[in-house]
Amino acid sequence: MALDSTLVQRFKESKLLLLGGSAGSFKLLFALVKSFPHDFNKTVIIVIHRKKNFFSEIEKLFAENSRMSLREISDKDPLESNTIYIAPPNYHTLIEKTGFFSLDVSEAVWYSKPSIDVTFESAAYAYGKNCTAVLFSGANQDGADGMLKLRKGGALTIAQHPEDAEMAEMPNAAIQIDAAEYILRTTEIFKLLQNDT
Amino acid sequence: MIDDTIGKDNHLTNPQLTELIDLVKKIHGFDFSDYTKASLKRRLARIMMLKKLSFYDLKHILVNDPDFFQEFLEEITVNVTEMFRDPAFYKALNSQVLPYLSTYQHVKVWCAGCSSGEEAYSLAILMKEEGLAKKTFIYGTDINTEVLKEARKGIYSLRKIKSYAENYLFTGLPGSITDHFTVMYDAAAVHSELKQNTLFSVHNLISDTVFNEFQMISCRNVFIYFETELQERILDLFYKSLCPLGYLCLGNKETIRSDNFRKKFKAINQKENIYQKIGA
Repeated sequence: MALDSTLVQRFKESKLLLLGGSAGSFKLLFALVKSFPHDFNKTVIIVIHRKKNFFSEIEKLFAENSRMSLREISDKDPLESNTIYIAPPNYHTLIEKTGFFSLDVSEAVWYSKPSIDVTFESAAYAYGKNCTAVLFSGANQDGADGMLKLRKGGALTIAQHPEDAEMAEMPNAAIQIDAAEYILRTTEIFKLLQNDT
Repeated sequence: MIDDTIGKDNHLTNPQLTELIDLVKKIHGFDFSDYTKASLKRRLARIMMLKKLSFYDLKHILVNDPDFFQEFLEEITVNVTEMFRDPAFYKALNSQVLPYLSTYQHVKVWCAGCSSGEEAYSLAILMKEEGLAKKTFIYGTDINTEVLKEARKGIYSLRKIKSYAENYLFTGLPGSITDHFTVMYDAAAVHSELKQNTLFSVHNLISDTVFNEFQMISCRNVFIYFETELQERILDLFYKSLCPLGYLCLGNKETIRSDNFRKKFKAINQKENIYQKIGA
């Protein structure tokens, strides 16, 4: 099954790939990270809900299985192409127009810090139509508002098909407010993100 | 909640932001021009939403209502803080820094950007549990007079204390956080013993200067709101405020990037961003 050619074209043109997920999205994100080629010409930012104080091995696990360079974001890190960035726990990750990350410890959004909404929204203002954002499985509605801002800013916005999501609430929230321009099956998302069409 | 925000976009444009920053600087003497823009815009959008103000309203009220500015300052600066945030940092302090601090006759600590005091009291608790309370004095400073009132009171809700107790547990300290509080109904007050050696006062990192000499400065999760040039100006202030071989603690995700200051501050714990002043 071939993907819509405008969809593929728009994905190819975007500089920033934003991936948001919560409960039930970990395995999928891991598989995606594993599948990206070393010359994947994009800046990938992953925001996954995580608890503070529980030292997690996400970065280590992801880095060991990624062909792209991968790191947890530190304040004022520059956004570089060909790199995967993971939002750190207990901070919100914001993107500056000048091409840097800045972190923020303000109130949790939807009980979440990092919040997907916060990163998506700032990406919408900083990078506008140069973004592709995908929202995966999750048990709350974080990410939907941010995705709507991205869509309004001309970004390519995609929700995982709720039937494919372990927890459908997160993609559903985005679909309900018409934030997701495309609703794709997991296999289609893999196909698209691997440029394999 | 969700319906309230959709479609209402209070996001300011860059020229609007510049206009507002200039206005605040001229009228109230606070300079936000080197704050990181994404975060600042988000705070401004939040104020406008909470107060139901348009951009024009906001300018008007900032000019004409002198009482509003304090509220504005409180909202625009992030005052979210925790006791024993990043327990691994306190562990590192205990094992790597306290043995050196204990050799001083008096230990002066500056907690810069202390907000409602949680971090200053965390340091006070650590010092007490390690037997250094009698020789330690902690200065907590912030630009915000309202949060300093909270800091002086040292009263926190039980709900908060519960989450702080969880952090404390991960520090590996032997006691219990509640050893240092008097619980009354749904709140807990810091023991007066801990308060005796703390002083909270107004200090603006951007416009005020050196006011004492310290053995340790802790400024955690403040730099994240500043652009790198401003960070460097404040690093210079910290350098001048530290005694030789004094310690500087930054937040978990805040590193010293400038080559100039990398020569002046040696990283003694790269993960927790604990530095020591070296050189002249």
